[in-house]
Amino acid sequence: MKRLMLAAALAILVPTAAGAAEGPAIPAHGWPSDGLFGRFDKTALQRGFQVYEQVCSACHSLKYIYFRNLTEIGLSTDQAKAIAAEDEVEDGPDDQGEMFTRPGKLSDPLPRPFPNPQAARAANNGALPPDLSLITVAREGGADYVYALLTGFEEPPEGFALGDGMNYNRYFPGHQIAMPPPLFPDAVTYTDGTPATVEQMAADVAQFLNWTAEPRLEDRKRIGIKTFLFLLVLAGLFFACKRKVWAKAH
Amino acid sequence: MSYTPGNPVTRWIEYRLPIFGFVHHQLVDYPTPRNLNYWWNFGSLAGIALVIQIATGVVLAMHYSADSNLAFDSIQQIMRNVNYGWLLRYIHLNGSSMFFAVVYIHIFRGLYYGSYKTPRELLWWLGLIILLLMMATAFMGYVLPWGQLSYWAATVITNLFTAIPLVGDAITQWLWGGFVVGDPTLKRFFSLHYLLPFVIVGVVFVHLWALHVHKSNNPLGIDTKGPKDTLPFHPYYTVKDLAGLGVFLLIFAAIVFFAPEALVATINNEPANPLLTPPHIVPEWYFLAFYAILRAIPNKLLGVMAMFGSILILFALPWLDTSPVRSAKFRPIYKQVFWLLVIDAAVLTWVGANPPMGKFVLIGRLATAYYFLHLVVLMPLIGWFERPRPLPESITTPVLKEGAAAGGAS
Repeated sequence: MKRLMLAAALAILVPTAAGAAEGPAIPAHGWPSDGLFGRFDKTALQRGFQVYEQVCSACHSLKYIYFRNLTEIGLSTDQAKAIAAEDEVEDGPDDQGEMFTRPGKLSDPLPRPFPNPQAARAANNGALPPDLSLITVAREGGADYVYALLTGFEEPPEGFALGDGMNYNRYFPGHQIAMPPPLFPDAVTYTDGTPATVEQMAADVAQFLNWTAEPRLEDRKRIGIKTFLFLLVLAGLFFACKRKVWAKAH
Repeated sequence: MSYTPGNPVTRWIEYRLPIFGFVHHQLVDYPTPRNLNYWWNFGSLAGIALVIQIATGVVLAMHYSADSNLAFDSIQQIMRNVNYGWLLRYIHLNGSSMFFAVVYIHIFRGLYYGSYKTPRELLWWLGLIILLLMMATAFMGYVLPWGQLSYWAATVITNLFTAIPLVGDAITQWLWGGFVVGDPTLKRFFSLHYLLPFVIVGVVFVHLWALHVHKSNNPLGIDTKGPKDTLPFHPYYTVKDLAGLGVFLLIFAAIVFFAPEALVATINNEPANPLLTPPHIVPEWYFLAFYAILRAIPNKLLGVMAMFGSILILFALPWLDTSPVRSAKFRPIYKQVFWLLVIDAAVLTWVGANPPMGKFVLIGRLATAYYFLHLVVLMPLIGWFERPRPLPESITTPVLKEGAAAGGAS
């Protein structure tokens, strides 16, 4: 009966595969940020940012990321400032009541490619490119899904009716995706000299988007291990106290 | 046993307001059965979970915006730009699961040891009222992040009220504050989500009041017969509760720090979109069993009635269970049948997580039928026909029997 009860408890507590039924299985890739002691690979994040900036940002926003956040992926403050300054930001009103433009600052969010969803749809054959800030936590498979999607473009199998302006992707639910294959070899020139294969760029941008989804991941794991060890000692002390106090009662 | 504080200041206060004596009698020398096992930890754990939810929730509310245009972004603001906001939110988010897990174990413990039987019927009722309040609070809290599932869960659940004959639509629109789930709905849910936990605190105090009248039940289910059967609450049960708390916190921390999104549907990390219905709308794990009961019945009104009835029927349990013996330990048949209800709850939870298609329809209906059969038919029948094993004379008898010679020590 104890075993049955354990099974029952597991059945209740183990997260259910709700909503996972759709779409093809996503192969596991494995990332440096996985696991209890996982950390971001900062050089990969920087390369991923380069891919985002030079490729993805043409259509996809990252509305929760500010230029100042770029220092968290290992860029210096001056580098982040320089990147921000390339952007033109509308500010104001000034004391004449006029809006004006100025170079971007660290406190500005990354620029958005479209002023509103309607403009985004109009430019993309009616499809709305989603904001990517949370994409790895908003899709089953997370970074694996991003990687699989970016490397999953192929010719449709024979007899597959592809819609007008749609593209075939092995890993997209339903296989029809409005986004054309965004990556091709050497789409970016990495500043650190890494060869820009499609797989490399996909892996880098997947890690970068893992970071945009949870920039506090490293804090969480670091504090988590300390907290857990502390609680382990505390629980041991509590249990020892219990035994000592109860020794008198038996 | 009057209580006289040693310190002159506390003595001065005690004479005017006997608060120290009250605490002393209720928490220090409070006589507790000496044989409580670790299943009795879950009441205090539930209380601690409630305090954790309120403490984190109050701080989260300082940063949250209850506006349908801002709610989703304000959660991300908390996750990214509020100092330790991610930690507060992950504690609060997973704290609700911990709270329900602990409360469900607490309820099943009560079921096994007959803690709902006379004279503890009102204590049981108050517990069920707390459960209902918790469900309302958790549901409304789930809506606040205004993600896709937040929005659609709110739509599905509030739509249940349209099943009420004649006035259903009017009531539902009144709940929504409009003709669909929208900004007014979010705002009132936030208000109530902040209010109800304090109502729960109030009912918890009445629950404890009722508890302290006839004191705790115990694994033997027999009444205490004097000081030999009891131990003072402090230090015996304060340390025993702490020992359980240590384990609770370890599990809690493991989830918060290493799998904080494990119980969150990925789709809720997308902002609410009233124009796009998600393929599967599922509630949090702690509602899945009730969701399965709702969907087991093809008629909407009857389904809603069965779902609410599944909890309301528990109010009648003290009378549905006809056995005079409290603890399942001395009830050879009920002891086995009890586990069928536990398994049934697990099966319902599993069915609730899956789309109502194919085998799940049949399993869901059978499990729903068994749930009511168990409570309405089996409980009275077993009580009538079962021959309970002889009860021990007192709590001390079997406890001291283990120590053999210790019986002469008194």
